[in-house]
Amino acid sequence: MDSSHEIKDWQPKILAFLCNWCSYAGADLAGVSRTQYPPNIRVIRIPCSGRVDPMFILKALQQGFDGVLVSGCHPGDCHYISGNYYARRKFALIKALLEFIGVEEGRIQFSWVSAGEGEKFAEVVKKITTDIKELGPAKCLVKNRINPSGGL
Amino acid sequence: MALIDEIRQEAKRLLEEKRVDVIIGYRKGTLPLRSTPAFIRNSDEVEGLIFDPTCSNNLASFANRFEGKVGVIAKGCDARSLITLVVDRQIDKENLVIIGIPCPGVIDHRKVRHRLRGREVVDGLILEDKVVVKGRDLKEDFPISEVLSGSCQVCQYQTPPVYDLLIGYQIKKEGRPFEDLKEFKEKCPGERRNFFEEEFFRCIRCYACRQVCPACFCEYCIVDRTKPLWFGKTTDLSDTLMFHLIRAYHTAGRCVDCGACHRACPMGIDLRLLNKRLEEEVAERFGFQAGLDLERPVPLSAYKDEDTQEFIM
Ligand code: SF4
Ligand code: SF4
Ligand code: SF4
Repeated sequence: MDSSHEIKDWQPKILAFLCNWCSYAGADLAGVSRTQYPPNIRVIRIPCSGRVDPMFILKALQQGFDGVLVSGCHPGDCHYISGNYYARRKFALIKALLEFIGVEEGRIQFSWVSAGEGEKFAEVVKKITTDIKELGPAKCLVKNRINPSGGL
Repeated sequence: MALIDEIRQEAKRLLEEKRVDVIIGYRKGTLPLRSTPAFIRNSDEVEGLIFDPTCSNNLASFANRFEGKVGVIAKGCDARSLITLVVDRQIDKENLVIIGIPCPGVIDHRKVRHRLRGREVVDGLILEDKVVVKGRDLKEDFPISEVLSGSCQVCQYQTPPVYDLLIGYQIKKEGRPFEDLKEFKEKCPGERRNFFEEEFFRCIRCYACRQVCPACFCEYCIVDRTKPLWFGKTTDLSDTLMFHLIRAYHTAGRCVDCGACHRACPMGIDLRLLNKRLEEEVAERFGFQAGLDLERPVPLSAYKDEDTQEFIM
């Protein structure tokens, strides 16, 4: 087993790409409503889920994140009309490819969270955190391991 | 008339009638059993054209490098690559004549070498469905099918599905496009990871696979960029995997499994598996196969409202 996994209080580091118009606002709502969710995500705000080049996901894994979440507006709600539709196709392919080379199912997750869905945002973060805790630290693609005992 | 005579005659006619400025085909290479791409501008040079199972380059990767009208002598896979280049607006269809020919499949030199256990071939030729090789202490012949390229073994479109002219006959075959994948997909994630790590560990980042591929047409490739430097230019396993994932992803919906990348790789790395997996996903999810249709955009530059999204929370 990976040595970092043995560290008693290992906590996964999860990178979340949240679109400005829906999911980021959803996360904000979760915050102001004081909805509790695990502190394992680090958020990068992006203009649109369509802005997420699969390269971002690969890079996050290479840099040592244990999981990646990408979240955008529900279909039909995209601020730029169709960004999330294009995104959906990209995500399907990169997910298939990563799982094919041995990245475990669950490390890379996607969600649609609207600005009014603070509760859902918290649920999504809970789910991905639980899933990744179960999987343990990332193994595939990792180049720079994030210090497992400390901050980022 | 023999196929090759018909090819020469057609090439000559197109050049003389000024329908094209250049014909891209094959001529004999300098090494035994090798061919090399030929670029023919004068109709009196057409006699140099050849076509046989040594013609393994995908000629589509040259077609967008010419000014003026181009005629390409196209096997099934070349023609499909040309179609994707038209769809991706890398070639103007007005300037392209696809001269379709039936393809018997091409040989994989690695398999030839393997079969001869390293003995050097000084002279070789293709005689009907046999490869005949000669060398010091070596005189042998064997069926082409024994050294056929992996892509050709499962090829569905030996005759181009789309063409301007078709020479010869139509080959009809039941393809088994995803045969190679089936077994592999049943392995557990850890086993697959080990396989790919071992495979790509050998990559020397020479980019031959990128150079030969018609689907890799970007003028400025992500691996050549330094600002931002998306991933290192090292042969560290992680950097190499990044390169290969991106290579496969960028060719998704464009790759026609011509196998040119796999044949070009000096390290014999199995490059087809990643491409095949995406080809399969694109077929199942978006109902799309590359290079069959001049109108339909590649899947990543299109969408449908009803695309499946079972994997999104
Ligand atoms: S993949 Fe098909 S068309 Fe291409 S060289 Fe092989 S048999 Fe010919
Ligand atoms: S990725 Fe390989 S098999 Fe696919 S089109 Fe390019 S050279 Fe051919
Ligand atoms: S041709 Fe082979 S060795 Fe060269 S970069 Fe491609 S996979 Fe690596």
